[in-house]
Amino acid sequence: MDLIADRGRRVTVEELNTTQLLAHAAKQARDRKFEDVLIVDCDAHHYENEHFGDILPFMENEVLKQLALSSRAKGGRGNVAPTGFGYQDMGGRVTRYPLRSSEKTDASGAKRDVQLGMRWMDAMSVDYSCLFPTGMLNIGMHPQKEMEFELCWAYARWVTEKVIPESGNRFYTMLCLPFGDPEGSLRMVEHFGDRPGVGGFMVTTVRDRMAVHDNAHMKTYAAIQERGKVLAFHSGPQWGSTTFQSCNRFISAHALGFSWYNILHCTNWVVNGMGERFPKLPVLWIEAGLSWIPFLMQRLDHEYMLRPSECPVLKKKPSDYMRDMYYSSQPMEIQDMGALETTFRMINAETQLLYASDYPHWDFDLPSTLWDLPFVSDKARHNMLGGSAHRLFKLPPRNEAQKANLQKYGNLVTA
Amino acid sequence: MAEQFVSKASEFKDGDRQIIRLGEQEIGIFKHEGKFYAYSNFCLHQGGPACEGLTIAGVKEHLREDKTSAGLYFDEASMHFVCPWHGYEYDMFTGEQVADRKLKLKKYEIVQKGDEVYVVA
Repeated sequence: MDLIADRGRRVTVEELNTTQLLAHAAKQARDRKFEDVLIVDCDAHHYENEHFGDILPFMENEVLKQLALSSRAKGGRGNVAPTGFGYQDMGGRVTRYPLRSSEKTDASGAKRDVQLGMRWMDAMSVDYSCLFPTGMLNIGMHPQKEMEFELCWAYARWVTEKVIPESGNRFYTMLCLPFGDPEGSLRMVEHFGDRPGVGGFMVTTVRDRMAVHDNAHMKTYAAIQERGKVLAFHSGPQWGSTTFQSCNRFISAHALGFSWYNILHCTNWVVNGMGERFPKLPVLWIEAGLSWIPFLMQRLDHEYMLRPSECPVLKKKPSDYMRDMYYSSQPMEIQDMGALETTFRMINAETQLLYASDYPHWDFDLPSTLWDLPFVSDKARHNMLGGSAHRLFKLPPRNEAQKANLQKYGNLVTA
Repeated sequence: MAEQFVSKASEFKDGDRQIIRLGEQEIGIFKHEGKFYAYSNFCLHQGGPACEGLTIAGVKEHLREDKTSAGLYFDEASMHFVCPWHGYEYDMFTGEQVADRKLKLKKYEIVQKGDEVYVVA
């Protein structure tokens, strides 16, 4: 197979081999003795669109199922789920995109995505990974709320019944909610909330109209809180929206889009006092990096001091509520080390920051990105890589050394 | 510093590359337009295999005198190699990261003896 670079060289490769591609990650893990550290990745992905043939039969409504299955027939036009614009593979520069289909897996073994997942998790020394879909991050753009529910429901059944069990429970998930259908969201929480491997529920934030404070969602939040699960907001880009159509480069739409959707929804969450309404609900903001957080803390605190009458539910500053919430680390902007250190201080990273790889996406982070930071304590390193996630998701240590480290840094909880 | 045999020059085709492992070191050796270049195979970003990805001409933007853009183009005089993990892009001739040329991969000397190519490491 040739990688395409018409105006440069061609790189001939036999096939993609994730273990080989990540050999340097495995070396980093050995050098840092990561085997002794519980590492929990709170955001990784697979390409569920490659498995719609297995997923769609789990749809409940027979009419919608027939529409979805039929639309995938050869020669069909249109997509089952919304898609976005973009060049994640950077014109083939990030080779695992164009080569993905060439990677060999054992047809008689576990599901392909499980086998691929174990390869990169083992290379990075990741013990557990929260598996999210990729294409369905755009599910909020589906024009039919009924189809949004059906696709979320079908994916939830497939991933909890077929994928997670085959991973030896090293995958867990926060299930995608059909947020455009509040009743459907509540039903999802009630039906799947107690299933093994379900650590919480995820709201995709790429949506044109979404008010996280809408009364329609309160029962869903209460149901998640009642079950001791996590509510996550997963950001994303939406180049086609009117907001970003003036961006002529992917870099602009991507850098702004991920930040923007978290800024938007986090603002509504905080200003409407959701932290007061659901004080025991762990809320996690995913995949917008970290630099947006100090900005929003300062911006909201500044305006809150002038306009507290618009936020009567709040009993403390917006930044205090933001410090109560959790943030995934990736993609961590390691550009200005002083600014990053300040960010860590402002968000109480030692207890509120959770490692995320985002693998296999183009801007993934290795565990060493957190581990090697010069300004964090040993306790913070252990907490961020897995200790805090262990407490949130109740994931057991996989060996005695990990258990000892969890105990040493005050994180060990028993299920 | 020792000379490590890489390949017969006659068998090293233009556009090819080889990865040599010497203890903890990994060195990527490229042959581009008849010349050899050798760099550390550990990306300066997150340690990826910097020399094992695509090689591709650099991209530039043509700006007219009136400051309007006439679009992007491949600069045929340049050649970059790209770390396959995240796309960190390096100048084939210098090993500099093209977005911040203060960042440079370790460069190794190449010695040719007759038809034999050696890297000094």
